[in-house]
Amino acid sequence: MQALTPAAAAIELRGIDKSFGVVHAVRGVSLRIEAGTITGIVGENGAGKSTLMSILYGLYRADAGEIWVDGQPVEMTSPRDAIAYGIGMVHQHFMLIDTFTVLENMVLGAEGGLMLAGGLAAARAELVRLGRDYGLTIDPDARVADLSVGEQQRVEILKVLFRGARTLILDEPSAVLTPQETDRLFRILQTLKARGVTVVLITHKLREIMAATDRVYVMRQGQIVAERRTIDTGTEDLAELMVGRKVRLDLDKSPSRHGEILLQAEHLSLIDGRGVRLLDDIGIELRAGEIVGIAGVTGNGQSELLQVLAGIRPPSGGRLTVCGHALDARHPGNPAEMRTLGLAHVPEDRLRQGLVAAFEASETSILGYQDGPPFTRNYLLDGPAVGAHCARLMERFDVRPRSPSLRSSSFSGGNQQKLVLAREIARQPKVLLVGQPTRGVDIGAIEFIHRELVKARDAGCAVLVVSVELDEILSLADRILVMFAGRIVGEVAPDRADERRLGLMMAGADAA
Amino acid sequence: MRAPRRPLPTWAEIVLLPLVNIALAFLVVGVIVAIIGVDPFHALRLLVVGAIGSSESTGYTLYYATNFAFTGLAVAVAFHAGLFNIGGEGQAYIGGLGCGLAILALDGWLPGWLLIPLAIAASALFGAAWAAVPAWAQAWRGSHIVITTIMFNFVASALMVYLMVNVLIAPGSMTPQSRTFAPSGRIPAMHDALAAIGITVAPSALNLTIVLAVLCCVGVWVFLWHTPWGYALRTMGHNPEAAIYAGTNPRRMTMLAMCLSGALAGFVGVNELMGVHHRIVLDFPAGYGFAGIAVALMGRSHPLGIALAALLFGALQQGGTELAFEIPSITREMVVVIQGLVILFSGALAHLPRPWLQLLLARRAS
Amino acid sequence: MDEAFSFVLLMLASTLRVATPLVLCAMGGLFSEKSGIVDVGLEGKMLMAAFFAAATASVTGSAWAGVAAAILAAEALALLHGLACITYRGNQVVSGVAINILAAGLTVVLGTAWFARGGQTPPLLEGQRLMPLFLPRAGDNVLVYVALLSVPLTWWIIARTRFGLRLRAVGEMPLAVDAAGLSVAWLRYRAVLLCGLLAGLAGAYLSIGQNAGFSRDMTAGQGFIALAAIIFGKWRPLPAFAACLIFGLLDAMAIRLQGVRVPGVGEVPVQLIQAMPYLLTMFLLAGFIGRAVAPKAAGVPYEKEH
Repeated sequence: MQALTPAAAAIELRGIDKSFGVVHAVRGVSLRIEAGTITGIVGENGAGKSTLMSILYGLYRADAGEIWVDGQPVEMTSPRDAIAYGIGMVHQHFMLIDTFTVLENMVLGAEGGLMLAGGLAAARAELVRLGRDYGLTIDPDARVADLSVGEQQRVEILKVLFRGARTLILDEPSAVLTPQETDRLFRILQTLKARGVTVVLITHKLREIMAATDRVYVMRQGQIVAERRTIDTGTEDLAELMVGRKVRLDLDKSPSRHGEILLQAEHLSLIDGRGVRLLDDIGIELRAGEIVGIAGVTGNGQSELLQVLAGIRPPSGGRLTVCGHALDARHPGNPAEMRTLGLAHVPEDRLRQGLVAAFEASETSILGYQDGPPFTRNYLLDGPAVGAHCARLMERFDVRPRSPSLRSSSFSGGNQQKLVLAREIARQPKVLLVGQPTRGVDIGAIEFIHRELVKARDAGCAVLVVSVELDEILSLADRILVMFAGRIVGEVAPDRADERRLGLMMAGADAA
Repeated sequence: MRAPRRPLPTWAEIVLLPLVNIALAFLVVGVIVAIIGVDPFHALRLLVVGAIGSSESTGYTLYYATNFAFTGLAVAVAFHAGLFNIGGEGQAYIGGLGCGLAILALDGWLPGWLLIPLAIAASALFGAAWAAVPAWAQAWRGSHIVITTIMFNFVASALMVYLMVNVLIAPGSMTPQSRTFAPSGRIPAMHDALAAIGITVAPSALNLTIVLAVLCCVGVWVFLWHTPWGYALRTMGHNPEAAIYAGTNPRRMTMLAMCLSGALAGFVGVNELMGVHHRIVLDFPAGYGFAGIAVALMGRSHPLGIALAALLFGALQQGGTELAFEIPSITREMVVVIQGLVILFSGALAHLPRPWLQLLLARRAS
Repeated sequence: MDEAFSFVLLMLASTLRVATPLVLCAMGGLFSEKSGIVDVGLEGKMLMAAFFAAATASVTGSAWAGVAAAILAAEALALLHGLACITYRGNQVVSGVAINILAAGLTVVLGTAWFARGGQTPPLLEGQRLMPLFLPRAGDNVLVYVALLSVPLTWWIIARTRFGLRLRAVGEMPLAVDAAGLSVAWLRYRAVLLCGLLAGLAGAYLSIGQNAGFSRDMTAGQGFIALAAIIFGKWRPLPAFAACLIFGLLDAMAIRLQGVRVPGVGEVPVQLIQAMPYLLTMFLLAGFIGRAVAPKAAGVPYEKEH
């Protein structure tokens, strides 16, 4: 009797290895993805998941290993090959041309001829069909810049299907979506699965793995450390596998004892050059000794709020009082002034705002504080004082390697963030604004940073934390404010908050 | 498929790579020279001898180097702020106008020890002012500084021609130049200054302005790496958002950086007009402004590197002039070609030799 | 009435004559800029092309050989720029400046070495130049018509063809183009080569169409004016063409106004008129245009980490 050969997997990776200089990003990874399933690949930031998928999609070339598609070994030299083999990728940062329409973005690379007119007409018809089959409707003539984030993601998926993809790779798709939009996305994925499309989901969110996938691979430090059927596992099991040890997902903190109001925003508004209301009638009170968390999906005004509070952008209307000093549109503050008032700011994007990659760590450690004593005497920078300061910061905040003369870009994400946080907290500020404190930071550093924020709170600082990670807000905050479309749409106490309710508020659907 | 750019060891980055870049430039020059029908090695020998072969030629080399140092520093300061100042020609021209005007107005009234610093300050002021307009346009209007500084070079040229022909021309002169400066408005030549303390060197155009150049190199170094304003300037150059976060006003910093840059370029006028010609003449910037870009690139925008690069360019200029003298089919423009090639290989194609250097160094290490 | 009419006609003809190299350079520069490669070296390409056009026409006796040589020379520099910017990811402005300086020096060095006239080429005879086609005294040689045609052609290529779509995409977000399976480098090289072609034609026009030979630095900043025209036109062909015409008109008026006493002002200094295009460019750049939006990826070398 003949043994039945097992059905060929849609995708198989054998022994994939990839290094970038000294960084060994992917070590000997082998996995199978069965056709018509939703497979999750989960791991912390820097575990190698995105690199692995980029190799599959032809953006990177593996140093060693093989890629098999539908039972055949293939050469993946560029995305063109991947597309030819029916593999499509929806990236975390959308590959969309803002100034083009949906239709133009769809046909890019598959225009169907030298002249555009014919290709565009054919694409339009195809778009209608795809909308019908998969429930993905979108206006073909809309400019991408005018679409919402969820709609833009839909365009990305349509683009991939338009090219005839049978395997869809999604890289952190829910990073920019509300919980409701995420649910909608997963319903779409189920529809795709029903029509025989294979889906690979890269994420670090354990709840999504549990909700959406059939199988899951866990990656840690470039290797596959576990493979499970999703029904056989749970979030704690996966978390432990991701990190390699038992992880405390809850922070132990004493209740806050708050004191005087240190920062007060009244009817704060911000209108940009095109008349768009970025901030609308914002009212916030920050008291000494409490942590206020601002929850919301990226792009709802949180970044702008931080900029206004930190003095980087003047408000268009309303009033801001910081440690007794009142500021408004006609008397705008500036970051330097805010610092002298006792405000410190850990920016959302440490690489773009919080540090200078090319500077040594010691120079980064005085960013924003370089004028005047103790770092400047007699108009000259005091090199030794700066170096000593940096060494002290690194010691106290366990920044590794402990080298003040090392370029700032050479530190890992977690250590960079600790350095920035150290710089701001070491001034013993009265008000501390923190944006995305643990973005791109490994779990060990996350615990450290959270504890430091609580310590600052206990020492009497008024802390404002803006984060897109609901778990972080839930564990850190004494009070939770939710922002949507530039407004504060509700305030919730953490012990009475749940993800569903917060998610609805974040989507503007529940007026608390 | 390109390998990610791994940095070479520091010594290779700062010394070896720039040297290889220059060597490549010279290789191409050799080819061009050969095409014209001249023996490249003969030309090279003439070049070197012409540059440093005698006390007189060394003097000229240093005199040229002074100008290159000023424009190199000017471009470098702007580079550190993330700005591309191509207006060195115009700023040098107008800077010269500044010191010239100061001297023409006051050389009958003030003694040298008062007039000379005043005129130097005037050249800085005028050079800074000429850079300030494009700076303002960039900072407050977003107009690209590359285009505006280029435009201003042309405007400076037209302005100077107009002034020289119609306003400042010395009475009875056939060529557009001002009257001669009184002795109180002249910077002593080096051979005179040295003679006064008993050292004899052959006469050349080298004058005491070179002292100003050295002071500027030191001053720029202190400013950029040892003052809070230099720190803020460099921050803006690396990362404008971080500079804003740190409390720097990017518009004011742009103005500051460009004005400093223009002032430095303006000092070329001091060297040329107060040190050599002793009158205002046309076309004295003569390409120093553009060459300053090459000097800054080769010197990696660091004052020490710029000083060395300026010496090299000075040698090239002097050697090239001698070469053109000796060989009629090679014109003075060959120096311009060399400058252009150096900019190309040190600036745009700077990373070309990397893969080979990395291979070479890896092989030596193993 | 007749005088006014013929004056207008003369001005129009003058304008076109002056604007032709600007239009050709501007259209060429548009392709490059749209693809994300900043090109400050239009001046140098045009100058080198002008030299080789005149030199070749003088030696071979054929104007068309001159045109071909001009194109080859400009393309050589364009390839150099492409190599530096695309393959070696160098600084694009620096590369352009280097090309300008190189061209300025090399044209005189070669000119002196080959013709021994202090940088000039020998004056060209009628058969060696491009002669007017229809209007004998208006200077409308074939390249003027090519320039006029290049404007709608450029518009059509960019707006209506597959290449144009991809070109615009690569200037906005090269990563998206890469992810779509297309070659960013090949697209940009084609843009740069198109730029070289048009700049070469502009140079040929200068030395063997408009004038009768090459003289040193004969481009006199027109490459930069073309760049300014691109920016005025906000990187679109028809407005850029209009800007070129405005500058052409200015220059045509400048020659008329020399020595003329304008009421209330007196005699306008010739240098002011010469500086007018540059001043106007500055004025418009600082005043009305303000923040014209360049292709988003312009000036940034595209790095793929493989």
